[in-house]
Amino acid sequence: MNSLEKAEHPAGLKRIAIEPVSRVEGHGKVTILLDAENRVHQVRLHIVEFRGFERFIQGRPYWEVPVMVQRLCGICPVSHHLAASKALDQVVGARRITPTAEKLRRLMHYGQILQSHALHFYHLSSPDLLFGFDAPVAIRNVVGVLQAYPEAAKRGVMLRKFGQEVIRITAGKRVHGTGSVPGGVNKCITPEERDLLVAGLPDVLRWADEGIALVAQLHGAHREAWDRFGTVRSNLLSIVRRDGALDLYDGVIRARDADGHILVDGIEPTAYGDLIRENVRSWSYMKFPYLQSLGAEHGWYKVGPLARLQNCDFIPTPRAEAARQAFAATAGGQIVHAPLAFHWARMIELLHSAEVIAELLDDPDLLKNDLMASGPRATTGVGIIEAPRGTLIHHYEVDAQDLVTQCNLIVSTTHNNQAMNEAIREVAREYLDGREITEGLLNHIEVAIRAYDPCLSCATHALGKMPLVVELLDATGALVDRRVRDAEQLA
Amino acid sequence: MTFTLDGHDIPFEPGQTVVQAALAAGHYIPHLCYHPEFQPHGSCKVCTCTVNGRTATSCTTPASEGLEVASETPEIQEIRRDLVQFLFTEGNHFCPSCEQSGDCMLQAVGYELGVVTGHYNPLFPNRPVDASHPDVLLDTNRCILCELCVRASAQIDGKSIFALSGRGITKHLIVNAESGRLGDTQLATTDKALDVCPVGAILRKRTGFRVPIGRRTYDARPISQVTVEPAK
Repeated sequence: MNSLEKAEHPAGLKRIAIEPVSRVEGHGKVTILLDAENRVHQVRLHIVEFRGFERFIQGRPYWEVPVMVQRLCGICPVSHHLAASKALDQVVGARRITPTAEKLRRLMHYGQILQSHALHFYHLSSPDLLFGFDAPVAIRNVVGVLQAYPEAAKRGVMLRKFGQEVIRITAGKRVHGTGSVPGGVNKCITPEERDLLVAGLPDVLRWADEGIALVAQLHGAHREAWDRFGTVRSNLLSIVRRDGALDLYDGVIRARDADGHILVDGIEPTAYGDLIRENVRSWSYMKFPYLQSLGAEHGWYKVGPLARLQNCDFIPTPRAEAARQAFAATAGGQIVHAPLAFHWARMIELLHSAEVIAELLDDPDLLKNDLMASGPRATTGVGIIEAPRGTLIHHYEVDAQDLVTQCNLIVSTTHNNQAMNEAIREVAREYLDGREITEGLLNHIEVAIRAYDPCLSCATHALGKMPLVVELLDATGALVDRRVRDAEQLA
Repeated sequence: MTFTLDGHDIPFEPGQTVVQAALAAGHYIPHLCYHPEFQPHGSCKVCTCTVNGRTATSCTTPASEGLEVASETPEIQEIRRDLVQFLFTEGNHFCPSCEQSGDCMLQAVGYELGVVTGHYNPLFPNRPVDASHPDVLLDTNRCILCELCVRASAQIDGKSIFALSGRGITKHLIVNAESGRLGDTQLATTDKALDVCPVGAILRKRTGFRVPIGRRTYDARPISQVTVEPAK
């Protein structure tokens, strides 16, 4: 089968550009090359953003980094905040931070996972899943969900609110706080703050259960379509706890092949550079990571909830573990590669996050004031964390004057670059090939992208209304047809 | 002896300036280069008021019987906003990642005056960070040329480590070392000059963001209240 990455004879083909698809803290576009019979010859997801954080963090003092780099994202700033802090713990010699600091960071992180997963599923993706990919755009949005499924919509809002409260209490602000610093944290929580969160837990746990039930129900109702839509086999990568348990805050790197066989395991974060290489292609600002041992062609992988749930051996909280086993049972023990299964995995992780938050809030260490650790200085720090969308790697070099000299960030969207490209190619083969372009078709492509990364769904801007411009040009580049969605903004 | 400030009678002692008497009486006049421990300087102009109908810096205007001072008029506030916006756009002030955020007088005065954007085109000057001192970071990206460090180092520390060089838009902070590097000066961590910077230009290293949001100087109350009622 044609890979659809590069057309053999691009001259003379029609080009469709979906631009902007939307953004991952920036914008992406999809280009499709078609022949006269609308047969697909090339499909690419281009990330056209250029953020530049790796460059402009150079020359800044290291203690500024956890606060500065979190500005990469408005949805998961906590992930960047903590990944940077973990890396810089090593620079300040805090090989082990205090129990209070680690538990507060974990609380912050699982609050972030919970709110981000709720945002993605209920606000961004549920309109597609509840109404159908081809449903009229007038109802296929979060307002439509509010009207047709008020309980589900309310659940999403309230879950997100709870997660944001966890972040506010631990980081000082709901978005872009300052709670974590190299070597520890800058505050503990008060008994009043703890009690406030504890009071919300029963509802949160119930809502989390209901979210899993909803996804399972949707899967059951459209099983064949869900399992096939945009499905591409690949390796899986994530960090896991040293005993193989799911751990989203800390652990060692593990990768499995598409059939579930472990490729590498127990890799320390500091050795990520030996494990992962990044490929550059001329048509995208986003690199293409792969496992060095397998090479660029076969070494690419998925990260994120679907990878994590199948990469770990078990989930160390009972309700989420039962849900994981039920999820795995539907696939008969086979590895699931369907993009839409990300939603199911995401809801299981949401429940797991709620359970972890409950455990942490019951821990008296959270109220203690032993916040900071230090030790012999180092010049290198690598921090890896499982962000809501996948494995996030921060690597810094710091000189003797405390200034950052080098920075390498591999974010989850980057890890999933090849997988997202392959998914939309699969969708294009299935739904676009030889057919007339419709708004619903465009949404199919977006649905596949959204499953991987809600930042591409314009999460902080045009919520639920991806602005899209599709232009049909002839071989000379002349405009033949143009369709605009969200016309008021873009026309 | 009194003068009036926006219609309020303000008592004063002989030798006090308008801003000193106003602050002592619990009336805030925005300012940046004024500091109660140093001779008034009159350089930032943010404390500009109308004094008997003429604009003047209230930190250098001696209080005198019968003066009529207007501070919170729309015209004066507009002048102050412009001045603060000039300061924001002449330097590189990135509050979201600045460790002085919440403790910064420039930021707090900006909030006080309702500054929501820089308004003017930013100059984005190229000002390298000087991290050569083992315990102190000098980041002149944020320097507003108030000369408080210059005055503190000369008048209290007796070292004259800091000075301003250049004129007009090229004016900049320099340090007293042949190399031009802070690490080659006699600056000590006990120097007063380290504690008077109203922005984030002179910083103790490795302490950034240790104070959580909510406990910073201007988190709970605006600078107008913190300045006149610091103990609350």
